[in-house]
Amino acid sequence: MAKKDKMSGNEAVANAMRQIEPDVMAAFPITPSTEIPQYFSKFIADGIVGTEFVAVESEHSAMSACMGASAAGARAVTATSSAGLAYMFEMLYVVASSSLPVVMAVVNRALSAPININNDHSDSMGARDTGWIQIYAETNQEVYDNYIQAFYIAEACRLPVMVCQDGFITSHGVSNIELLEDSEVKDFVGEYMPDEYLLKSENPLAVGPFGVSSYYMEIKRKQAQAMKDSMPVIEEAAEKYAALSGRKYSFFEEYKMDDAEVALLIIGSSAGTAKASVDLLRSEGKKVGLIKLRVFRPFPRESLAKAMCKVKAVAIMDKAESFSNSGGPMFSEARNSLYDLPNKPYAINYIYGLGGRDITVEHFCEIYKDLFVIYDSNDPGDVYRYMGVRDSRFK
Amino acid sequence: MSLKKASLINANSTWQEVTLAGEIYEPSTSLLFNTGEWRVNKPITDWNKCTQCLLCVPYCPDSSIPVKDGKRLEFDYFHCKGCGICAAVCPVNAITMIKED
Repeated sequence: MAKKDKMSGNEAVANAMRQIEPDVMAAFPITPSTEIPQYFSKFIADGIVGTEFVAVESEHSAMSACMGASAAGARAVTATSSAGLAYMFEMLYVVASSSLPVVMAVVNRALSAPININNDHSDSMGARDTGWIQIYAETNQEVYDNYIQAFYIAEACRLPVMVCQDGFITSHGVSNIELLEDSEVKDFVGEYMPDEYLLKSENPLAVGPFGVSSYYMEIKRKQAQAMKDSMPVIEEAAEKYAALSGRKYSFFEEYKMDDAEVALLIIGSSAGTAKASVDLLRSEGKKVGLIKLRVFRPFPRESLAKAMCKVKAVAIMDKAESFSNSGGPMFSEARNSLYDLPNKPYAINYIYGLGGRDITVEHFCEIYKDLFVIYDSNDPGDVYRYMGVRDSRFK
Repeated sequence: MSLKKASLINANSTWQEVTLAGEIYEPSTSLLFNTGEWRVNKPITDWNKCTQCLLCVPYCPDSSIPVKDGKRLEFDYFHCKGCGICAAVCPVNAITMIKED
């Protein structure tokens, strides 16, 4: 029996965590994720959960403690943002490459400099090649739902999962939410029972051995396979969760794509704003659509390319710069996925929302207008663009 | 299918056969690994000079000088990396380092 409540995205994660009751949480505070360990340590202090909280001196240590706990056989979690995630970088690789199913709540925030505490995706996008599964949320409800599914996915695939949400937008914005019963969540995630773990005294185990060049590459290839093999598990987790909650998830959501002529591809909370502009333009008879990517790692290359091929021009939205001279991270990957298809759409990139810069319904309408120019002229123009930046050339 | 026994995994094993994350499910598997092939110089003992003082034994960083019944035996050349510490500490110069073939 679902329970209706209202809470912020951070509260939603802390409450999901309370329902799951992991064995270990190791965390260090950083805005805007601080509330997650803050709320959760209150549950511990009040005796509501029996989780061991490790108050570490840094995020590098937080991830190291999670690694140790997970290798020992515990269900381990942490939460972080921005510089904290960057500080974990070395350990992100080690945890993923050791196949340890740590679940981390990432509350997306810009990276310095200049120092900025607001939302963009440069932190988790910077960690996109560390071997972690990455799931992004549009709403507080999705944050909660993704967080619970993350344990099922992580432990079935033996891969760590980042559950990402937009700093301050969902993390601090309070909205209506439907919580599952504690027992439903506990049943869904089950008891964590790894086959092998360090504390299994009857069977000595070595984790993180030296891998000389005659073995290293085979081990990496196997790791890449684990990421490939996680795709059906992510689907399976979503199906089981839908049966429980009535809320359906997949790798991405298509919004009014069936007869769309142009579309946006977007990640995170801004999808909500973009949907409002789709509705507005639809009311004016314009055939516009939207694809909201939920799972960035593993990247759903084939199905996403197929969805983008429904339109003639697609704007790929990046809330992160990659300073690559060829567009943001999502652009590189999504556009790449189109390469082998015969009837591919024009694909252009917009960098938007850096450091918490607002993006509005009007901005999205302008992007759709640009897409119709491409649609009519068959000329994509400059494919690497910005939205919402002041530019002397256009004053 | 992943092989769990370390002795079954070698430099010809495919990615399907190696263990996930290179995990090792049994103790003492470094015994299986030929670190001796890294050697450039090789220690040789002159058994006429050796007094069996055993000083070389604790100095060996690779536990490659086996001892039985209070006496050292021939070097474990499968694991000896040829660092030369044994030759440097031997008080009677019974160990010399020669070029590996």
